[in-house]
Amino acid sequence: MATSTQTEPGTQPVTGLSKEEILRYSRHLIMPEVGMEGQLKLKNAKVLLIGTGGLGAPLGLYLAAAGVGKLGLVDFDVVDFTNLQRQVTFATSDVGKPKSQAARARLSHLNPDIQIDAIEAQLTSANALELFKDYDIIVDGTDNFPTRYLVNDACILLGKPNVYGSIFRFEGQVTVFGMPDGPCYRCLYPEPPPPGLVPSCAEGGVLGVLPGIVGSIQAMETIKLILGSGDNLIGRLLLFDALGMRFRELKLRKNPKCPMCGANRVITKLIDYYEFCGVRGEEAPAPNVQVPEITPRELQSRLDRGDDLFILDVREPHEFQICNLKGHLIPLGELPRRMHELDSSREIVAHCRSGKRSAEAVDFLRKAGFRKVLNLKGGILAWSDEVDPSVPKY
Amino acid sequence: MPVKVIIPTPLRPYAGKRASAEFNAGTVGEALRHLTTEFADLRKHLFTEDGKLRSFVNVYVNDEDIRYLAKENTATKDGDTISIIPSIAGGCF
Repeated sequence: MATSTQTEPGTQPVTGLSKEEILRYSRHLIMPEVGMEGQLKLKNAKVLLIGTGGLGAPLGLYLAAAGVGKLGLVDFDVVDFTNLQRQVTFATSDVGKPKSQAARARLSHLNPDIQIDAIEAQLTSANALELFKDYDIIVDGTDNFPTRYLVNDACILLGKPNVYGSIFRFEGQVTVFGMPDGPCYRCLYPEPPPPGLVPSCAEGGVLGVLPGIVGSIQAMETIKLILGSGDNLIGRLLLFDALGMRFRELKLRKNPKCPMCGANRVITKLIDYYEFCGVRGEEAPAPNVQVPEITPRELQSRLDRGDDLFILDVREPHEFQICNLKGHLIPLGELPRRMHELDSSREIVAHCRSGKRSAEAVDFLRKAGFRKVLNLKGGILAWSDEVDPSVPKY
Repeated sequence: MPVKVIIPTPLRPYAGKRASAEFNAGTVGEALRHLTTEFADLRKHLFTEDGKLRSFVNVYVNDEDIRYLAKENTATKDGDTISIIPSIAGGCF
């Protein structure tokens, strides 16, 4: 069955459904908006998912269940425990497996009649056009600015729709870019924010259901594009606030001067998107400053010796509740106005989760005149690995 | 003329964790300046050092992008909603 229904590029479109497929898709077939004609459009459709994580999970599940004939799953990452809170395609037993392979296995259980290609690779300027050309619709479920601009530009160059979704904590954005008369990502955001103004890991995190909702909306838009029915989110940016449980909509206009999709296109090929986005597209700036460090083992032996060390924890209060090293808590953002709580005559060891925020804190304190401040190298994560495995990692 | 400014999640830490704020303002620029006066930490996220609105910050009055209206001079009237829409990249992290 599986081989007879696959639609390889260049092969003839499928013109009928098997008896089993008619039963499987019966709730589509009895709707006039889909019907046999629509179901065959789905079966002949080829959709490429960029990212199989939080947004990719509902996307993959619903598109496979709906009978999209060919699904490509691009992801170079490996499933880890922290993914399971929201990436519902994966089972606990998938931890450690490549995401694209694990997702393919799950989706082919769900629907053995479709072709699913696991593409275990990072999307780059070198492979994007080649990968995209075999698909009708590209769905962007990535997690970083460089890849978002890359997906956008490759879609515009090839004239393919880009079903866009992104999330942050409890807020989501969805729209469809890359349609002939519609705007592109660069019309909305001509340039990425500089790395220093992107929210740091302290403000990160995401409510697990949010990508489920946003990814489901992307799946709906993808299916409507295939069917050619309904009103798509073209020229409209849908905003979803899960906390306030509100949907809002903004008008998106095609920028006539857009360097990518405007009449006078300036960008004619894919560029280096990491350079374009200032190398680090996602996280807080890694301070380029070198600050004095102490390793977890050195810290432990000095504490064991009874050295007078003041442990300064610069994480957020809700992180302190997860686990702590019994330090004095002053979140990085509050440090400037709470500096008076620190005694500059004592030796201070600053730490956070991974060592990034505390490096900024050390840099800040040294500039403020503190002489004896050290950064705990690798933060709580390294402390858990090297000194005390009973401290949970998060 | 009170207008409501909706503060997006990524910027709330710089705005006393507020989701929105209301100001009497006749233009978008005026409302945003009230906002960044009340919440000084927000200023560098919205404006460049020479006081220009940053290019990656999109501002809407109701559902219209001010880039296609009169930019910061776009007039506001009682009951208008100004939205600040920053780019967010998240998907699966």
